[in-house]
Amino acid sequence: MPWTKIAAERQNITTTDSVNPDVRRGSYRDAILEATRSCMETDENVFVLGEGVDDVGGVFGTTQGLIDIFGPERVIDSPLAENGITGVAMGAALAGMRPLLVHMRVDFLPLSLDQIANHAAKWSYMFGGNASVPLTIRAITGRGWGSAAQHSQSLQAIFAHFPGLKVVMPATPYDAKGLLISSLYDNNPVLYLEHRWLYDMTGPLPAEMYRVPIGKANLIREGKDVTIIAISQMVGMAMEAAEDLGADGIECEVIDLRTIKPLDIELIRSSVQKTGRLVVADTAWKEFGVSAEILALALEDRDTFNALKGPAIRVALPDVPTPASHVLEEVFYHGPEDIISAVKKAVEEA
Amino acid sequence: MPLKIIKTFDVKFLQIIDESGRADAGLLPDLTTEELLKIYRAMILSRTFNRMALALQREGRIGTYASILGQEGAETGSALALEKGDWIFPSFRETGVFISRGYPLWRMLRYWRGDERGMEAPADMNIFPMSVPVGSQITHAVGAAMAMNIKKDKNIAVTYFGDGGSSRGDFHEGLNFAGVFKAPVIFICQNNQWAISLPRNRQSAAETIAQRAAGYGVPGIQVDGNDVVAVYAATARAAERARAGEGPTLIECFTYRLDDHTTADDSSRYRTDEDVAKWQKKEPLIRYKIFLENKGILNKELDKEITDEAEGLVKAAVTEAEAVAPPAPADIIKYTSATLSVRQKKDIKALKWEK
Ligand SMILES: Cc1ncc(C[n+]2csc(CCOP(=O)(O)OP(=O)(O)O)c2C)c(N)n1
Ligand SMILES: [Mg+2]
Repeated sequence: MPWTKIAAERQNITTTDSVNPDVRRGSYRDAILEATRSCMETDENVFVLGEGVDDVGGVFGTTQGLIDIFGPERVIDSPLAENGITGVAMGAALAGMRPLLVHMRVDFLPLSLDQIANHAAKWSYMFGGNASVPLTIRAITGRGWGSAAQHSQSLQAIFAHFPGLKVVMPATPYDAKGLLISSLYDNNPVLYLEHRWLYDMTGPLPAEMYRVPIGKANLIREGKDVTIIAISQMVGMAMEAAEDLGADGIECEVIDLRTIKPLDIELIRSSVQKTGRLVVADTAWKEFGVSAEILALALEDRDTFNALKGPAIRVALPDVPTPASHVLEEVFYHGPEDIISAVKKAVEEA
Repeated sequence: MPLKIIKTFDVKFLQIIDESGRADAGLLPDLTTEELLKIYRAMILSRTFNRMALALQREGRIGTYASILGQEGAETGSALALEKGDWIFPSFRETGVFISRGYPLWRMLRYWRGDERGMEAPADMNIFPMSVPVGSQITHAVGAAMAMNIKKDKNIAVTYFGDGGSSRGDFHEGLNFAGVFKAPVIFICQNNQWAISLPRNRQSAAETIAQRAAGYGVPGIQVDGNDVVAVYAATARAAERARAGEGPTLIECFTYRLDDHTTADDSSRYRTDEDVAKWQKKEPLIRYKIFLENKGILNKELDKEITDEAEGLVKAAVTEAEAVAPPAPADIIKYTSATLSVRQKKDIKALKWEK
């Protein structure tokens, strides 16, 4: 059985009862488009804006055709101004709308950092809970020949640092849809980070509207020896690694983190308490990354700390910019084999 | 009290050679035959490079490429009007500027092959790497120009960006700074009518990009970007002003992107062949060639010589670019910062990036 299917079948957190994951399949790309379309159909406050959202290509197909259904008032292509458009989206959110702001590349999200970090994240707090910003920001991480230093970063950690922001990173079509719907109906600003390499991935994709709760990780493979916590594109690699390691007699427990913030502390700790070994696989840099936060969670808790049999290991990017060159990319990025070595090392050292 | 007009603005448009190749003798800058041919050579070399780069991309020998077809006039005309020491802050669609400044062709190809070493400019060439984030380079040029003022250096800074880039806050902030500090900088907007699929009229409600300069107390002019001589003249004039301490100028080159946004785009999805055909007739080489022929500067033989020479140069560059060994994995860490942290050094060893 493909692991995406297992993942979806293990979803005991789905909010609609009628979900039958065996019935229908679709791609990650379809999932995003469907979630957007369904939300726009059911709630007229939901609208989409961003550079190129009405383009025929539709942001890698994820907004394709929305302009024909909803028109230019609700599918707004914008001038090239990232900070401006974020402020505009926030203003619309304060006026009662539920904007979905789309950024083709997460690399240009830092241009809107003032609006995101100083404003959207803070308003609820600064207005004593009387003003919320129901804004969802989609942004895409890339990877691949020539994408390089300014076109393929993985920036979840910087956004997760700010109080008041939620950050989600779906790794399957099922979660892509459920998390986008949850994000659009959340009353807080949510950053929804996608990985471009996942767009063609297919998996169970119920036609219904359903939500995947923000803040809940997904245990997608049970095992007793090592816990692997994986993020976004690394989830598939972790599952591949777990499969291979299983043949060698090492049983891995794999957790798809799904939400970066708020972290599912309970699931992380309970799994590590069970296995005593921790490997974290992140798409981003190691230094000051989400992987560091996960390790800290294990160390800060007495029971988890006591359960640890040896050092935790992180499979994350070295402290250098994303390369452009093919040969450099080969050594820079990680694959299932790196997770396998990490797991073996974790087992050997404990 | 009745309303008084306290200030009015106008926007001038400069064209020297029209679409049929006829020149306005009164406006023609004083250029020698040699100089006129130098411009032609740069345009031909840029176009040849562009054509070959597109072919290489189709064969998978370079990565995604941004074509400059139709914009050679705006690029070479402006780049050749500058002094050798002037500082250039380009966007990613300035291949013609790099080429006109004498940037080694094989390095350009290296860049588009996805090799960061391609943007290592030769030591005597003041040109910065292409800015991939649209418009971020604009303020860099202003800062460099302010540094020229402080250092009493007679060089100036020039930045290139698109119509899309003119919507970025950095464009407005950059113009404002330059105006306040009388920075010796030229803002060259290549208004090619498109920002990927967004047409110019949806980028801004302003009728021209040139007029935006007025709001910052900076002179702005719209130039026929497909008239290489007009672009040359406008840039030369702006450079003269900047060097004389009179401050910045915004030049809007009114041109057209004849190809797709990049090789990853398909512009037939959002514009018609008729639109493109209309602009095809106005492209910069047609009229400049007629102009040179009418002046008796260019004939068939010379044209062939120039074209052949360009072909030869680009072919040699392709061979050279492809012969270069790929970067060593350890380089990626070595270039990260001027000095390496203990951790980075450990990473080089641990990751076995270096034997
Ligand atoms: C800050 C930023 N936002 C978005 C993008 C994605 N993008 C790349 S090129 C482009 C359009 C640029 O249009 P324009 O400035 O007119 O330059 P042109 O491509 O026409 O030369 C966009 C939106 C980017 N590279 N940088
Ligand atoms: Mg443009």
